[in-house]
Amino acid sequence: MSEAYFEILRAGINSTLQDEGRLQQNHIGLPISGAIDKRNYLISNHLVGNSPNAASLEFAYQGPLLKLKSGRTSAVIAGNVIFNIIRKNSEVEEGVCYQTFSLNQDDQLDIISTNKSVYGYLSVQKGFKGEYFWGSCSINTKSEVGSNKGKKFSINDEIFLNQSEINHYSKKINYFNPKIEFIRVLKGTNFDYFSYESKKDFFSKEFTITKLTDRMGMRIKGPKIENIVDTNIKSEGLIKGVIQVPSDGDPIIMLSDHGTIGGYPKIGVVISADYDKLVQLTPGNTVKFKLVELSEAEKLFQLYNLETKTILDQIK
Amino acid sequence: MIKNISNLGDAAVYCDFGNKVTKEINSNVIKYFKSLNKNKILGITNITPSYNKLIISYDLEKIRFEQIKNKILEIKIEDLNPQENKIIKIPVCTDEEYCLDAGRLSEKLKLDIGKILKIFFDKKYFCYMTGFVAGMPFLGDIDKILRLKRLETPRVKVPKGSIGITEQFSNIYTYESPGGWNIIGNTPTKIFDKLNQDNPLKINPGDIVEFYEINKSEYLNWNE
Repeated sequence: MSEAYFEILRAGINSTLQDEGRLQQNHIGLPISGAIDKRNYLISNHLVGNSPNAASLEFAYQGPLLKLKSGRTSAVIAGNVIFNIIRKNSEVEEGVCYQTFSLNQDDQLDIISTNKSVYGYLSVQKGFKGEYFWGSCSINTKSEVGSNKGKKFSINDEIFLNQSEINHYSKKINYFNPKIEFIRVLKGTNFDYFSYESKKDFFSKEFTITKLTDRMGMRIKGPKIENIVDTNIKSEGLIKGVIQVPSDGDPIIMLSDHGTIGGYPKIGVVISADYDKLVQLTPGNTVKFKLVELSEAEKLFQLYNLETKTILDQIK
Repeated sequence: MIKNISNLGDAAVYCDFGNKVTKEINSNVIKYFKSLNKNKILGITNITPSYNKLIISYDLEKIRFEQIKNKILEIKIEDLNPQENKIIKIPVCTDEEYCLDAGRLSEKLKLDIGKILKIFFDKKYFCYMTGFVAGMPFLGDIDKILRLKRLETPRVKVPKGSIGITEQFSNIYTYESPGGWNIIGNTPTKIFDKLNQDNPLKINPGDIVEFYEINKSEYLNWNE
């Protein structure tokens, strides 16, 4: 039996393989990477019965058009995604998120777009076949590390599956991606570099997500954040969720493929419980930040984690 | 040695060793980095040393700030394989095609480019840290005469292999990327090798870098 694989007929805007991410390599310049919306990644893998850390195909905005050139598989799409399954006989079935479907040889999967969100996930039974660097197959395009030579997928590329046969399989859940009112933030290590007015603005005014947003970072625009101490600090380590403010006064939020060190003052850090929701905001969306304390952030994470577990437990 | 320890968000510890950039402070940071790597505290996902800070991120499912902070303060800091100051020689071509900021450097420093290059190549440089993108070394210190700010408008694309200088530091662009450092030359040698996963970096923190000049034909025919 030959290996199952998809051929990419249309690549989509930013299609990459992602797993849970690459740990312990920040010090050589490799950030965590991994599926940027972890909850949707976990749900998609759970639905097709995969073990944690299986490789999924992550896409952003417009997704790929894929043709299963060989083999059969059971697949699922998670997120808020519009897609069609085009059968070998040209029959078109409208796709439903969080509901598994089977694909046979020469069927096509047309992931048209994410709806009012950025990222979605395609998972297949037993996962995609990745190439592993430091324990992860996640593609980091900036350092050209991970599967597919560290590059996002392009037309005519092939994506191999770990398994080429399936048994009859059917699972689904009802899940709605939560809307957010606020992104909750802890004070950053340079919080007091900013003027009283700017600190007040940061936690009361609206900020708009700009087009200068990708897996590395999110540039937002609102009232200018004025630095009254120093617009540069000595470069130091970064983590995802850090909100830096360069001298132009427009904040940048570090996302999963962030540079591992940076020299702009940090006004805040997005709490772990709100990260998945933050990354799904599209350019043009507005957001407000709310200041919380560490103990509250820790409780909110526990709650978030419990919610995720409850969702996964519904999948029987 | 740690002057202050605080949280960076809800899933990282921020250890502050001071604001100055000196070899002494930096080697304290590296000592902590190595001792933490050896002691393996449950839940740590990344440890990021820099000039004078150490950031330790952790899995919030496994441990919380107060617990990990105490564990960090409890570990014994040893001088594990003290930096042996390995010397790394890096070939650089400063042909006009690669020395992109010759004009700017000459004008701002009021020195001819030959003199600037001589001062640059006469010095040895200490590697303080690596990162931003994979393998990029941050080296110092540049001679006081050559200290200059970043470009007012950063380049959209700095070629891979470029040697940059700004303020007291020098770096090597391990990938083509945007950047604002003054470009003095380019190296044909591979600085980051992802296929050598045990030892991917040519230059590690604590190493000493000696740059030496090669001509364009040596550059173009470089073979490793």
